[in-house]
Amino acid sequence: MKITPLHSIHEASGAKMGEFAGYEMPLYYADGVLKEHEWVRAHAGVFDVSHMGQLLMFGKGSVQVLEKLTPSSFQNLKPFSAKYTVMTNPEGGIVDDLIVTRLSEDVFFVVINAGNKYRNIDWINHHLTPTVEVLPLEERALIAVQGPQAEAALHREFGIDLSELGYMQLVEGMIEGANVFISRLGYTGEDGFEISIPDHKAEELWGRLVQNPEVKPIGLAARDSLRLEMGYCLYGHDIDATTTPIEADLRWVMSKDNKTFIGADKVGLPKRKRVGIKLTDKGIAREGAEIRSKDDKKIGVLTSGTFSPTLKESIGQGYVDIMDAGIGTEVFVNVRGNNLAATIVEMPFIKPKTKAAKK
Amino acid sequence: MSDLKFTKDHECLRVEGNVAVIGITEYAQHALGDLVFVELPKVGASYKKGAHFAVVESVKTAAEVYTPVSGEIVAANDALSGDPELIKKSFEDGWLAKIKMTDAAEIAGLMDQAAYDAYLKTLD
Repeated sequence: MKITPLHSIHEASGAKMGEFAGYEMPLYYADGVLKEHEWVRAHAGVFDVSHMGQLLMFGKGSVQVLEKLTPSSFQNLKPFSAKYTVMTNPEGGIVDDLIVTRLSEDVFFVVINAGNKYRNIDWINHHLTPTVEVLPLEERALIAVQGPQAEAALHREFGIDLSELGYMQLVEGMIEGANVFISRLGYTGEDGFEISIPDHKAEELWGRLVQNPEVKPIGLAARDSLRLEMGYCLYGHDIDATTTPIEADLRWVMSKDNKTFIGADKVGLPKRKRVGIKLTDKGIAREGAEIRSKDDKKIGVLTSGTFSPTLKESIGQGYVDIMDAGIGTEVFVNVRGNNLAATIVEMPFIKPKTKAAKK
Repeated sequence: MSDLKFTKDHECLRVEGNVAVIGITEYAQHALGDLVFVELPKVGASYKKGAHFAVVESVKTAAEVYTPVSGEIVAANDALSGDPELIKKSFEDGWLAKIKMTDAAEIAGLMDQAAYDAYLKTLD
């Protein structure tokens, strides 16, 4: 199994380790997933997400390459602004979801998922034009600091004033004498940052952050329940090569100015749609559970599901036939042979508190 | 030394006459993490040894619990429905169900505390 530059810190702090996307990663630390989840919503947590792929794409025509790979528009993206999008395959399915940040006219910083990282780099390389290159940033760690006290902790510990940095914006800075990218975004719905830092500086950054009483290390288990409360997609579960951006309810990443991305002709009217589901019966519905109509016909499958530590309810997302996808539709989720009552609800399940949402 | 008996699947039980009180071991509790939901058997239901009769769920996973002995459920610990974390408090608070045994000889194959402790060491 592969490890991240923070592996020995996780082991030393008593993390329960487990495999994720070929990496041995911390699932939770001594406090456990529920307390970690609540801590991030109330204070701030630090996450090792160094398993994710970081790349630079550069050269004349990078915008055109990105607009081939994704259904978004990058012409008018301002320098230091980030965009969430997806890469599509010739069938209109999703190859991966990613964050693309413009650093300058022809230079983009790209963060892709850990799963299929190298296959997806190959995919990008395959679609480059002669003047565009991709450089995997293999020797960088990625550390997320998320929660209402994230900004204050970074300010106190490193003297970095991020109060003027907007949501989905990146700033270059110096931490421990190293060049870092600090992006105001995340996967929790809280205000927070992702810091790209050279791997040999990762332990120092992590160590100084967790010295702050309001910052605790958070494992992948709470990362998953936090993102699920926000209705964010997890690649390989809620979106994959067989789901189009429209089926995935990600139409908002598509630009009306981009009709020539890979698979554009296949992304048409959907037969099914990704929806949020909340159990009204007691129980917990998990990935793979059948979603059934009130007259007990299969209408879809749950692609993620968990106990929501914030709501104390069972929440999930899944795909259902478009005719059954209306908000408020009453359905069943079949758990171990029993039909549990559930409702199709709007996502996110709780209000985001990102800087943009606060305005 | 406790008077509990143990299975390889980390159930534990205490024999009280012809009734077995069944719970899950500390090892299982620790492996599961925070407990958020428990599905208990219905009183009156009958189970064969090894049958799945309850489910204990953490945030991440659902763990099926198997009865180490055959018999009929005579009580379920309903207090767990409101507070699944009671399972971790003590066996007295956190038992899952009581089963009236149809074959007390089935207990013979279970581990005592010393044997279970030794077994746990083989898992690490």
